[in-house]
Parts: sequence; structure tokens; C-alpha cells
Amino acid sequence: MAKIDEQTTRDIVAQFDHKAEMLVQILQAIVSRFGWVPAETIRQLAQELNLSRADVHGVVEYYHDFRTEEPGKHIVKICQAEACQAMGSRELTEHAKNALSVGLHDTNNDVTLEPVYCLGNCACSPAVMIDGKTHGRVDESRFDALLDTMGGND
Amino acid sequence: MARTKIYVPRETAAVSVGADEVALAIARVAKKTSTDIELIRNGSWGASWLEPLVEVEVDGTRIAYGNVTVEDVAGMFDSDLVEGGEHERRLGPVNEIPYLINQDRWTFWRCGLVNPLSIEDFEIHQGFKALEKAFAEGADAVLQAVVDSGLRGRGGAGFPTGIKWRTVADAPGAQKYIACNADEGDSGTFSDRILMEGDPLGLIESMAIAGFAVGASKGYIYLRSEYPLTQSILSRAIETARNAGWLGDNIKDSGFDFDIELHLGAGSYVCGEETAMLESLEGKKGLVRYKPPLPALEGLFGKPTVVNNVVTLASVANIVNLGGERYAGMGMNRSKGTLAFQLAGNIKRGGLVEKAFGVTLRELIEDWGGGTASGRPVKAVQIGGPLGAYIPADRLDTPLDYEAFIEMGAMVGHGGIVVFDDTADMAQLARFAMEFCAIESCGKCTPCRIGSTRGVEVIDKMIGGDNKDENYELLVDLCDTMEDASLCAMGGMTPYPVRSVLKYFAKDFASSKGK
Repeated sequence: MAKIDEQTTRDIVAQFDHKAEMLVQILQAIVSRFGWVPAETIRQLAQELNLSRADVHGVVEYYHDFRTEEPGKHIVKICQAEACQAMGSRELTEHAKNALSVGLHDTNNDVTLEPVYCLGNCACSPAVMIDGKTHGRVDESRFDALLDTMGGND
Repeated sequence: MARTKIYVPRETAAVSVGADEVALAIARVAKKTSTDIELIRNGSWGASWLEPLVEVEVDGTRIAYGNVTVEDVAGMFDSDLVEGGEHERRLGPVNEIPYLINQDRWTFWRCGLVNPLSIEDFEIHQGFKALEKAFAEGADAVLQAVVDSGLRGRGGAGFPTGIKWRTVADAPGAQKYIACNADEGDSGTFSDRILMEGDPLGLIESMAIAGFAVGASKGYIYLRSEYPLTQSILSRAIETARNAGWLGDNIKDSGFDFDIELHLGAGSYVCGEETAMLESLEGKKGLVRYKPPLPALEGLFGKPTVVNNVVTLASVANIVNLGGERYAGMGMNRSKGTLAFQLAGNIKRGGLVEKAFGVTLRELIEDWGGGTASGRPVKAVQIGGPLGAYIPADRLDTPLDYEAFIEMGAMVGHGGIVVFDDTADMAQLARFAMEFCAIESCGKCTPCRIGSTRGVEVIDKMIGGDNKDENYELLVDLCDTMEDASLCAMGGMTPYPVRSVLKYFAKDFASSKGK
């Protein structure tokens, strides 16, 4: 993930023609660039888009994708929705917490563990997303193997 | 010798179980063995249980190999893959796989068949014929065909599409919009995704038809951010269509302007609700709007807007091509045409099955699905997403029909079918329904925002054996309040799964492991 800098934020806003109606898209671009939305970026976006800070803050707070804390280098999301529960995602989540020594919404050793509610891979449950890539039919040993390759990509 | 065509899906489910690695291995082995192949990344046929499903075209027939792994590839080449040679992964011609041929493919017929990003391939397979026909016959003819088809909203609500389109067409105003709802957030559903990844140009064509029919020059696709591969395929398809002159100003000299903008969601389930989606498209929090005004009259940026789900829109091209009556000839009662059922969860043969309404859950789960993946008996089936009822195993014989399911306190919804075996803790699932509502509620109305949290607490008490009868009463009362007084289906239908657990699986509260 890139370091936060004002120029990049300014460039992203310019890509969307400084339109306030593009705020959700702008924040998506910011998160895909920086991984999160820091308070100073909220302030800057409000200024660039001629919105109040409360407006931008409200949108950031509303959507799950817009983290307000810096995540780890790797983001592991485990689906918690019904189809994955039917195939053992609750147990898989417990396994992941132990394997990574981390709770949901927490970061440890540069890995952030998050819940996700459906990755649309419900015929190949349980599903896990690691750094933006969806994996299906993930049992505990496959999960461990995926973690191993993730470390190797550092 | 001509190059041999080999197909490996580039579709989320296939890729999630190794399709990219298999494609790379095929390219590598072909190079090493100097085999002249053309590797095509198609969409999925929808038989997710067979992914990665590799096909080789031999004398015009596509021979399928199922569940192919990287380790299989060298051996497959050794067994004369390019001639469709015998191998333990070989399934035979893809058009003889029973799972796929016993379907009524109306909307998904190009998925798997074509290269999703090739305009040429699309045009060979009827692509843009419906749009040309629309140009030739005029907007009224399109509206009439959609009305005649009896098509209803496939996102879950089942509102008649023709009526919605007519309303927008008749609404005053120079600027109108088509807003395609691709925020497929219900667990157990992936038909929108399979369509957008397997036939994105088909969706683009249908959106243009919708725009032409109602007089809209701009379309939006609101795609959930959990679908990054879909985003990449869809944005390339939009670009491809634009470059070929099928999007933009004065499309193919018809005098009709239409373009599409792709917007990403940001992980909010409620944004699948049409008015919350419109708010999000306007860059705001996904708060549900009061209705009226209907989006058809005051929708996106206050303008008349057609809000339709992906599958609804994509069904229209063939309705224009083949006629509304033909579509209405399938299905039963007021549920006309086909629905893309999705078999998910604890099921042996999960995937997409497009069938005419009237098929039963038992047929889908047993004949197509092959029962549970675990091999244990089915305990419950949730249909229609997280807001749908849990149906017990002895009630799976009702033919799938919107009204018949409403009558039994359930809903067909988006056609997602999630199967649970006899180890499922139904009290836990009832608790989850309330918990999910608490997490995802947009917070605008009290029954949903507060009710869901109270619901979790009451269920916890029931599971803990605390004043069971009184808490049961309280939970039923809470469900009534949420159902009657919530602003949208989030709070209004969360009681459905909860009530169904109370009705059919009440004894699970005593044996539950809790949260």
C-alpha cells in the first residue's frame, strides 16, 4: 500500500472531476491506493469537494470498506454468511483466529482479519478473500497453505 | 493443422479453485510439447461443482474435463488432450452433461459458450440483434414485448418489469436513467455475477434496449466491491462495446445515445435496496428513502429511473428477439418464464440452474444438487437470501412460484437456495439473522435499527434458558413490530427466517451452542 500523501488524493479527486456525487467512488480509489481513510484525508476531501467534514465522515463511517485505521500488509476476509456457515465457516474463522493470533477486525503481524458477508462464491463454500483474491472450498489445511503463500509474496 | 481451442473459465468460482493456475499450466505444457493451442478464457456454464471445467474443441464438439488441477495438466496432454483423449477427468461433450442440458436457458445461454470479451463471438451468437430489432420496431414494441412476457424483477421483489418501464417511459422529463442493481449481497446468490462474468455484453445490450424503450441516455451499473474479477471483466466489456460503437452517441446511426458508467459499492448490504442504491450512486450514505415518490418517477438525482436487477435486464434481449409470449409460455401462474436458481451451501453439486418456474426445491436439491455435500440428511433450506425463511426438509415439494411461497411465509427472492444438513444449529441461525440485521441496518428507522439488537438479546436469553416462554412471546412481538413498521425489507423481512425457526425448529433453542 502507498503512503498517504496529499498529492495522490488530489489526483484521485481530479480523476473524478471534483464531483461530490462521486464521493463513494473516490473513497474506493483512496482505499485501493492507501488501504484506509485517515482523518487528514477526510479533511482534505471535504475541502476539495466543497462538502462539510461531517458529510465525508458520515459516508466513510457508513460503509464497511472504508477503514479508518491502517490495516496490515495483508487482509484476510472470511465469509460469515449463511452458505459458508453451512460448510463450516464458523469453525474456519476460529481456526483463523488461532492461526493468526488475532480477532476479527484486528491486526497482528501485519495481517488484518475481517468478516465479510458473502463473496458470491456460495457453491464453493467456505470462501475466503486474501488481498483481494477469492478462494473457494477452503478447509483448515487449505487455509494454512494459503497463508504460507501469502507470506512468501512479501 | 488448425489450432486447437481450449477453454478455461475466467469466472470467480472457477478462479477461486485454481482456474488461473490451470490455464497457466496448460499454456506452459502446450509450449513445451509444441502443441498449437488457442487458450480462451470463457465464462462459466454454472456447474460450479465441476470447476475448474476445462474444454477442448474437437471437430466442433467441446469435450469437458472436470475438477482439473495443475497436477492433472501434463497427464492430460499425454493422454492426447487435443483430440479429447481419455483421462480420469474427462466428462465427455459439455452439451451432454445432464446438469447443464436439463435446464431452460433463456438468459444464461451464452454463459460458458462464448468469450465474454469478444465482440465478434458475441455477434456470432445473436449479439446486438435484439437492439437492432428494437431500433427497427420502435420503443413501443419493446415495451409491449416486456409487458407480454410477464417478466418480474429477479432481484427478489418480483415487481412486473413492463409496468415499471411503462411508468418511466410515460414520466415527463428530458433526462432519465437506467440503474442496474448488481449489488448481489444475499448469501447463496451468484447468478448476477455469473452473468456479468460470462456474458457482460449481453447485459450491456439489454441495458441499451431498456434505455431505448424508456428514453434514457445514461445507464449505471452499481456493482458490489466484493466482486473484483467481475469489475475487471465488466469494465473491459463496456470499453469494448464503446470502441465498437455499441455505446456512445448515435449508436449505429440509430439516432439513439446511450452510455454506461460502472460504480462500485462499498460493502453495505442495504445498498442492494433500490433507494439506498440510488443514494449510494449519488455519493451518499446508503440510507433507504421513503416511498413514494417511486424511483420510476423520482429516482437517481430526482429523475425518472428504471431500477432493475442484472438478471431482469439481461432477460430482455431474448424477449425482444423471440417475443414476449414465448417467455410467458414458460413458468406457472403469475410466475412467468425462468429463474436462475443457485444451489449453495452444503450441497454436493452446487451451481446455477436456470429453470422455468414450477420446479420444486426437492427436484433442484436432489436431481441437480445430488443432496448434501456432507452426505448427511437435509435439515433446512433457506431460499431468498438472509431475509428468507428456513424451510424444513419435509416441505420441499411446493412448486417454485412467487405467490405460493409467500403463502407459506417464505419467498423465492433472487432464487438462491442454501442447504443445511442435520448438524445445523437453527437457533444460532435465527440469532445470526438478527445479528446480520444489526450489523447492516442503515439506521434510518427504529424497528430495524433497535429491533435487531433487541432481537439478538432476546434470542440469547432463550438459548440460555432464561424465562423461555416469556421471551418467546417477546420475540414474536418484536418480529411483528419489525415486520409492520420497518421502512424497507431489511428490518421488515429479517423476522422471516426468525419466525421460521420458531415454527419448525423451536427445539433447537434448548440444544443450541449459542452465538
